[in-house]
Amino acid sequence: MTDAGDGEQAAARARAERLRVMQIAFTANVPWNAALGLELVEAETGVATLRLPYREDLVGNPENGVLHGGVVSSVVDATCGAAVFLTVKPLRPIATLDLRIDYLRAAEPGTDLLCRARCTRVTTHVAFVQAVAHHGDPEQPVATAAATFMIFQGGQRMPGVKAP
Amino acid sequence: MPERPPFAERIAAAKASGAFTRLIEDVAFARMLGLSLVFVDGELHGRLAFAPRNIGNTALPALHGGTISALLESTAIFELLWQKDEPVLPKVISITVEYLRSGKPVDTWAHARVTRAGRRVANVHVTAWQDDRERPIATANTLLLLGSG
Repeated sequence: MTDAGDGEQAAARARAERLRVMQIAFTANVPWNAALGLELVEAETGVATLRLPYREDLVGNPENGVLHGGVVSSVVDATCGAAVFLTVKPLRPIATLDLRIDYLRAAEPGTDLLCRARCTRVTTHVAFVQAVAHHGDPEQPVATAAATFMIFQGGQRMPGVKAP
Repeated sequence: MPERPPFAERIAAAKASGAFTRLIEDVAFARMLGLSLVFVDGELHGRLAFAPRNIGNTALPALHGGTISALLESTAIFELLWQKDEPVLPKVISITVEYLRSGKPVDTWAHARVTRAGRRVANVHVTAWQDDRERPIATANTLLLLGSG
């Protein structure tokens, strides 16, 4: 085994460990992510990918078994938020300002949904994110999305929350 | 043969019997999330019952944005079903949600206004609020495709 090989293995182990720790924080601190069964499958600076295993209780159309739009928007919102968290250093509270989703084609019944979000720009107070939801091939998207997030700096109160 | 009548017939039957609001019970995800429909002074309201499961931020605590988006979208769809005679569920083309205030751990309400409904496309605006309707927590504009089987 070469030193380079050891280095790669160590990097892969570090990445797997980071993913494991983030998955715990991601579900322990966010009950709705846990309720949906969301799994973090990629967590790099500025990029996050989540997997939603298909479940019958997430169906929106009783006629054809297609996932509810609210499930897709939950996954997209969670993925975009994760991408922002992975970009902003040090860690800050964030909140979704707006989220636009285009539903390009119906999600396939019985199939896991993947969502990959990329943070395209971060300023002091605002982060911009783009996301694609798909069934394994990002070139065949189920939905594309654009979101903006507020980044709360120290001492700034979150909207809708009374100052202490 | 399907055991239940097609959705269009179920909608018509539900409207005729005055049980329109119970239609949402057919939607598995609506049951999982805690969504229901209520008529208030003749106005159709969507209701998202609070459940600890729907929290997105345990520190505040605040509802997950996805649960609010689901309420807004469902309320838009059922408003269209109520107002129009649709043979199938309208399909969402796009939805834009603006989050105005954090969602407190209480029940959330929504009402949809059909801005325009053409033959193929409807534009619907939805507002969600909690204890004070004058202080909405989120609004959405959504485009829906009508009458496509």
